[in-house]
Amino acid sequence: MDLLLTIMTASTPLLIAAIGELAVERSGVLNLGVEGMMVMGAVCGFAAALLTGSTFIGILAAIAAGIVMSLLFGFLTLTLVSNQVATGLALTLLGLGLSGLIGESFVGQPGVKIPNIGGIDPLIPGAILLTAAVAYVLFKTKAGLVIRAVGNSHSSAHALGYNVVAVRYLCVMFGGGCAGLAGAYLSLAYTPQWVENMTAGRGWIALALVVFASWLPWRAVAGAYLFGAISILAYTVQTFGWGIPSQFLSMLPYLVTIAALVVISGNRSLMRANTPACLGQSFVPDR
Amino acid sequence: MRIVLEKRGEQSNAMAIASPFIALALTVIAGGIIFALRGFNPFSALYVYFVEPLTAWWSIEALIVKATPLVLIGVGLAVCYLANVWNIGAEGQLTAGAILGGMIPVLFPTFQSPLTLLLMLVFGALGGMAWGYIPAVLKNRFSANEILTSLMLVYVAQLLLDWLVRGPWRDPQGFNFPKSITFEGWQLLPNITGSIHLGALFAVLAGLGLAFIMGRTLKGFEIRVAGSAPRAGRFAGFSREKMVVFCFLLSGGLAGLAGCIEIASVVGQLQPQISPGYGFAAIIVAFLGRLNPIGVIFAGLLLALSYIGGEAAQITLGISDKIAKVFQGILLFFILACDTLILYRIRFEASARSSNLQPAE
Repeated sequence: MDLLLTIMTASTPLLIAAIGELAVERSGVLNLGVEGMMVMGAVCGFAAALLTGSTFIGILAAIAAGIVMSLLFGFLTLTLVSNQVATGLALTLLGLGLSGLIGESFVGQPGVKIPNIGGIDPLIPGAILLTAAVAYVLFKTKAGLVIRAVGNSHSSAHALGYNVVAVRYLCVMFGGGCAGLAGAYLSLAYTPQWVENMTAGRGWIALALVVFASWLPWRAVAGAYLFGAISILAYTVQTFGWGIPSQFLSMLPYLVTIAALVVISGNRSLMRANTPACLGQSFVPDR
Repeated sequence: MRIVLEKRGEQSNAMAIASPFIALALTVIAGGIIFALRGFNPFSALYVYFVEPLTAWWSIEALIVKATPLVLIGVGLAVCYLANVWNIGAEGQLTAGAILGGMIPVLFPTFQSPLTLLLMLVFGALGGMAWGYIPAVLKNRFSANEILTSLMLVYVAQLLLDWLVRGPWRDPQGFNFPKSITFEGWQLLPNITGSIHLGALFAVLAGLGLAFIMGRTLKGFEIRVAGSAPRAGRFAGFSREKMVVFCFLLSGGLAGLAGCIEIASVVGQLQPQISPGYGFAAIIVAFLGRLNPIGVIFAGLLLALSYIGGEAAQITLGISDKIAKVFQGILLFFILACDTLILYRIRFEASARSSNLQPAE
């Protein structure tokens, strides 16, 4: 039971970030800046919680930081139609740099931990509820239909009178908020402290999870728990001291990510059925 | 008020030249604001950061030394991005190059001849190529996204290096520090002048060589077609798979060479950290140079200035040198934003909704 809980704790930040990015990609936008938004969420959440003493305010600050970062991305890719891949990278580089600067005075300070409610970390079921909400909105509501239409054929959605850019802005902001929250989970619950680059590639793993989930929300849960289990496994094996150097165990999540991408992407029919057709393509409304 | 993009009839050449400079100017302004927010006089801080390093010869030397890996990696990445191949794992290829190149002095410390250095550089390039080949193959065989796989391999390479220098390759006389033996003699690159080593020459040659390939050869044409008109490229019989492999081998090889050059010059040994993120900064270099090899040489010098200026600002003003990474990120943002001006005119309109619902495309 304890082991299961540890796995869930390790999986939750991945799941929250992946679900946010899944919604973004369903609207046809590829935001590679998850890592940058997440790390900004981690540092802003940590700082706000430490300064106010309230983890709730910390969480709100982290979400706000993620949204602000995502708006930067949105302004460039949606309003100025810059290249989404390059802009996402820029967002990650900026987030890593800025978080290092902001967090400099917080390194080594003892953090505040999100209190457990009924013996369980409230964000663990929270992430599942978030998944359920996203799955419901995307596949059972008109809003979800519009989002998927925008992601699959922005020209048709535009011709039908939908505001493609506005829909994408909203999705990008949702993704930013989720990434910020995922970051706060790292710095306020998983390891309540601030360490530079503490996301350690989790934002990128979340991006891979979206592909792994083939853009279906519930599969993201399975993927996130699988990844959480692997990182905990690596950690557990380390404590047994079977003579495997710790570095090789630390490589596991990254290697498994590559393996998962290979297995899923190799399945062409699955990919064709679910990949948003306009993923990564800029849209300029013709008037 | 809303911003409306109006497509230009053809791309603006004036803007193509001006956009990096506009981006630079905006970055400097943003930098001034950041300094002012942190309670410094923005003008003197900007002077210390961006101008003072250029007033002394020793710091110009340092600038060129820092620019060397940035240019080497940047030119390779520029070719990749032109061909629409997204290698963002140059940092990992750099590390792999350093590992394989560093293997020679670590395993054969007494092997001292000009051949030593040559072998190190060749192995360095091969290491980077091998590391770059992995995402290329995964992309071609399984259509696995090369952005994610190349990035994941960065962490793997860094952990591998970490293990080597803490474990089997640790200097036995090194007081348990995670470092290999210190390189000496032919295990190090000779200096051209002052502290500028032979690597700078390689960087310039790589820039000029790729400028020639891009501008004057069929391969260069193929690369540009692969990026701007992939469908036309397929009809012309250009293989997309081969292009992906070519781009990864080229950029990986150059990154590996850069990594080997670093450990055979500035660093002088293998240690857990051998690069302050050159592989990622080189992404910015490639874009700032407008994906043009000659442009990349200048862009590399400029990014090097952001590192050197960061160190100067830390020493003189006590500002954290982490600000260098912030400037680099802001710079890339402004470059990408300004590139919009090449293809579009920007108009500001009162926010009246356009009523004509024309079918799209």
